Amino acid sequence: MTRKFLVSDPEKCTGCRICEIVCSAVKEKVFNPSFSRIRTVFTWPDQNVALACRLCEDPSCVRACPRNALRANRVTGVVEVESAKCDGCRWCMEACKFGAMLIHSRDKTVKICDLCEGAPKCVEFCPTEALELRTAEDFSQRTRRRAISTLITGADEKL
Amino acid sequence: MFGYAGKILYVDLTHRKTRIERISNDFCKKYLGGNGFASSLLYRLNKPEIDPLSPENAVIFAVGPFTATIIPSSHKFIVQAKSPLTNLVGMSLCSGSWGPALKMTGYDTVVILGKSEKPIYLFIDDGSVQFADAKNLWGRDAWQTEDLIREETRDEMVRVAAIGPAGENLVRMACITNDKHRQAGRTGMGAVMGSKNLKAIAARGMKNVEVAKLDELMEVCGKLIKDAGQGATTVRHRTYGTPHCIGIINEKCAFPTRNWQEATSESTKSLYPDVLLRDYPSKHNACWGCPVGCDAITTINDGPFKGTVASVEHESIYSLGPNCDVFHYPSIAKAVELCDRLGVDTISVGSTIAWAMECYERGILTKDDTDGVELNFGDYEAQHSIIRKIAAREGFGDILADGVKRASEKVGKGSARFALHNKGLEFAGYDVRGLKASALAFCTSIRGGCHLRAVAMSLDFDGKVDRFKADSAYGKMVMNLEDIHTVYDSLIVCLYIQSTFEKFGGFGLVSDLYELVTGARITPNELYAVGERVWNLEKAFNLREGWEKKDDYPPPRVMLDPIPSGIAKGARVTKKEFDLMLNAYFEARGWTIDGVPTRGKLVSLGLDDVAEDLEQSEKSQREQKMEGKK
Repeated sequence: MTRKFLVSDPEKCTGCRICEIVCSAVKEKVFNPSFSRIRTVFTWPDQNVALACRLCEDPSCVRACPRNALRANRVTGVVEVESAKCDGCRWCMEACKFGAMLIHSRDKTVKICDLCEGAPKCVEFCPTEALELRTAEDFSQRTRRRAISTLITGADEKL
Repeated sequence: MFGYAGKILYVDLTHRKTRIERISNDFCKKYLGGNGFASSLLYRLNKPEIDPLSPENAVIFAVGPFTATIIPSSHKFIVQAKSPLTNLVGMSLCSGSWGPALKMTGYDTVVILGKSEKPIYLFIDDGSVQFADAKNLWGRDAWQTEDLIREETRDEMVRVAAIGPAGENLVRMACITNDKHRQAGRTGMGAVMGSKNLKAIAARGMKNVEVAKLDELMEVCGKLIKDAGQGATTVRHRTYGTPHCIGIINEKCAFPTRNWQEATSESTKSLYPDVLLRDYPSKHNACWGCPVGCDAITTINDGPFKGTVASVEHESIYSLGPNCDVFHYPSIAKAVELCDRLGVDTISVGSTIAWAMECYERGILTKDDTDGVELNFGDYEAQHSIIRKIAAREGFGDILADGVKRASEKVGKGSARFALHNKGLEFAGYDVRGLKASALAFCTSIRGGCHLRAVAMSLDFDGKVDRFKADSAYGKMVMNLEDIHTVYDSLIVCLYIQSTFEKFGGFGLVSDLYELVTGARITPNELYAVGERVWNLEKAFNLREGWEKKDDYPPPRVMLDPIPSGIAKGARVTKKEFDLMLNAYFEARGWTIDGVPTRGKLVSLGLDDVAEDLEQSEKSQREQKMEGKK
């Protein structure tokens, strides 16, 4: 099975945080973006993008964990946390290049996006359809398609 | 009750003390939140006839039960105090992210009392309150203040509501800013903060917001978010931002130009949404939890205003653009950026400058009055220089800084004839001479010349009424709209998602959402009653401050000068027409012919104490008059 990962289209993302609000509701049964496994990032003056676990092929968080509490699922690539082993040392947080790890303020163990068993709620709720679950292959194909379309439109304008 | 944080935070700046008050379930159901909470506290905390810029003026920040939940676009906050611009109810709503941050600190409402000895900012850090020194922030603009506070607190998640230099200088049209582009703009709430030496309120909220029925709420809101995210109306808002209807309004001859000397202009075509989208593409930022995302951020990439970044809204285009005879978009964006950074309301500032331009054109004002600035219509450089002077209260700017009503009184020479305001609040951007229902609503507005208390333009533009014909039926219609919007302003649901709310059942939906959030049932009829209650309470506040029936009339230009050209040519609102509508409105409200709520009306709304109060103050006002006669 080809792995699917969360992509956020910066052209469409408005930084509304609905993904964060939804994630905290689904995972923690409360509204509180600081519990969200996906976070939006704003850069001045007008760019927004949402970011969650990238499902790295050789995840640095897994390698960093001194207690073997983390393990990447071989099929889906989702990083699974064995909470009993995790003591919240934050080593994985430092290792992750995408800020995807979260230390829960209540049980003090690490949490990470689990793609909601293949049907992420954030994708379902994203109002601008900026968030999608895609395979690397079809993501790249779409990017190519966009590039070609721009090229063709540009050529049209020149004519 | 779920949904509410359940607490009011009182901050006494004079004594540097804080106090927490629990909110009762009855209070929640009676006033809902936002506008309801704040106006109730405003009425009870502020003594009559105080100076709005004195320590006695309590300023209240409030959010609603829906804030920071999944309910879309319901995360605004409201600021209320006695207005230094109108001396009546001051109120301004603001979106962005400060509201949810406040809610998650564990408070629904913050009341600021007294005055700090020296400049400070408040840091509400997840429940605790710090009085932080603002020496290094004083004099900084609103954007710098936001950045500096985040640097100082070392947390970019800290949300900041700040004033600019205009608020510090007690400019009566000063605003409060958060997220750089979102303002509590109207009625001078920034000046009230400035008078308290309060530069900003920073909030870091980490507490959970919990609701009664999470799964059901998620299901309903999923539908609302989908509709608002992909629906035709909201996609239009996201594509063009709030200026999406400038073309239509100009074509309908209702877009005030040259200080309302015209209601349409050929030149405005350069500001039509499609033209702006083509020539100045903007990127859209959404406020917290909003699927619409109407906030269009424009960056100017070349020319003299290169580097300008501004959120250019419909009303700002009206006031700083065509109303000043300016059609050059980059200069309008620059003017907006200046106003936002210096911390002044674009509507009031633009309208006041437009008035000064007309006075200059007529020779009422000369270069000697304006510090040598040639204040000709269309001169945007002059406009920018005056904006800076207003914020600094420098020279001629000092006169304009008090708003168009006071400025026209000071300048005299018949200049009040061209001042477009009601009760001291400068008019918003709809030429109401040819929008009769809106003319009524602009003037019965509790905070003065404003389009948002009733949003009656929907009646005039959508053909629900004959826009050129005054009708007594508008009394009831405007009243209903005022009550509905007061409910939305209490929850607080943004105007830009109300089309989705209406589609999914209006108050029926609101009633369901309220139950899913709080666990308590409130019927649609009870909701209407909240709207009416809050409106009557605010009316009582205004009466206590000396409001009279004459204050609800439109300014001279609207009544005397017909629209000179276009499809609305000849339109104006005569005294006779306005009397007809206003009297019908008072009747619909169950008020006396003089616009005073009767005892019976107040008691029926559960405002017994207010009824007592009004009788007392009426008695003392009568006695004062008698004394005066003696």
